Amino acid sequence: MSADEELLEDLLAGKHRALARVISKIENRSPGYRDLVSELYAHTGDADVIGVTGSPGAGKSTLVDKLAETYRDRGETVGVIAIDPSSPFTGGAVLGDRIRMASTVGDMDVFVRSMSARGTLGGLSTATADAVKAMDAFGKDKIIIETVGAGQNEIDIVRTADTVAVLVPPGSGDEIQTLKAGILEIADVFVVNKADRDGADRTVQELRDMIQLDEGGGMAGGSGHHSQEVIDAHDDWDPEDDIDEADAETWSTPIVETVATRGEGVDDLLEAFADHRQYLVDSGEHAEQVRGRYAEEIRTLLREDVNAVLEDRLAAAGGVEDLAEAVRQGETDPYSIADDVLAPVETCLDDLEIDNG
Amino acid sequence: MSSEQEQESIRCLVAKVGLDGHDRGAHVIARAFRDAGFEVIYSGLHKAPEEIVQAAVQEDVDVLGISILSGAHDTLIPKIMDGLEEYGAKEDTLVLAGGVIPEEDREELMAEGVAAVFGPGTSIEETIEFVRENAPQR
Repeated sequence: MSADEELLEDLLAGKHRALARVISKIENRSPGYRDLVSELYAHTGDADVIGVTGSPGAGKSTLVDKLAETYRDRGETVGVIAIDPSSPFTGGAVLGDRIRMASTVGDMDVFVRSMSARGTLGGLSTATADAVKAMDAFGKDKIIIETVGAGQNEIDIVRTADTVAVLVPPGSGDEIQTLKAGILEIADVFVVNKADRDGADRTVQELRDMIQLDEGGGMAGGSGHHSQEVIDAHDDWDPEDDIDEADAETWSTPIVETVATRGEGVDDLLEAFADHRQYLVDSGEHAEQVRGRYAEEIRTLLREDVNAVLEDRLAAAGGVEDLAEAVRQGETDPYSIADDVLAPVETCLDDLEIDNG
Repeated sequence: MSSEQEQESIRCLVAKVGLDGHDRGAHVIARAFRDAGFEVIYSGLHKAPEEIVQAAVQEDVDVLGISILSGAHDTLIPKIMDGLEEYGAKEDTLVLAGGVIPEEDREELMAEGVAAVFGPGTSIEETIEFVRENAPQR
């Protein structure tokens, strides 16, 4: 048995060290990590994945700690992936989320893993998705991804989750802020954390107004709920479930108030997560979500792989520096170079066949 | 595929164990490691040996730096080493000790599996160099 096969077996057998090592391989993109991850897929699909995001200092880590504690009280195992930024200059990072996760220390069934944004754009969301796969295959019931919501990169990360909670601390600016595109749009659940502070009521009210505006407009992009899955799903519904039919059709983003430091509102929040999960399944959106996620994974992999192949060829041909110097000298320009480099690739593509079976 | 770019980074856990509230040194080391390009996980204060073991195993760190100024190193560090062994992590984790550790205790700690002891006055560069040279190859 090869070392990687052994590692996989140990992971599936529930050895913590093996899970930790597999995630390192994923992060490092060590040789053989791709085979390892493709083996993992067969063992995944059982975990609920929850994303928690919000501005720095919103209380994400503290809340995640309390969520993990409550899940554990209910007898469920938890994996946490906490993502922190790394220095763009040295690549170094201080990963500090672990400090806040004190309620569950000594309990190995809460597996906390800190990750930093290494390497290229998009790379982290792939690594995060793969790390989620590893925890899922390991047998975690709930997996929580925690990240600062500060840009496209983070948004891509939390989109690997089934349910996304966005933390909005009181006093996050006036109502104009709530109209801004981006982080607020990806929320399945809003959490007004630090709800004991001044201004919490106002923040809740502003969020409520924003949600009503979205729903009242009837222009929200949430069409596509009536896919074949919905119709199929209706076929085997119990009559009792039909009472909830109206609820199952659309999802109205709830607002949950919490005081994470005291654990207040955590039960309500878990209930909101469970409701959303139920909605995803009942409406058939879950299948759509999963399909979309895999499509994105395939696209990202292809993009990275093609990129890597080209980089290798460029490096073999003397590297990009010489080309850059040629541009500086005014001999050519980046577009012409890209065309030249890609010309043989495009010729090959004519012969490409994609096996869709 | 041969063209995968490996993105390995040295991962360190900087840990404070036991009843010891002096974390200035640990902060300085954490920052210096970060600036050296390492990924640093800081444990926070007053951690039990089991907590340090849990963090070291789950985070799969290459380096565990334990800062102790309380004088309890001879009881706390062996507990950490035993914990690492239990999870099969002792062999390939570089364990360093720092802080106020008397000369006569060092040999015992090294026998426990600590790779180096850095006392007061050690330069940061020396520590970083040691980590770069001795971080386990996995």
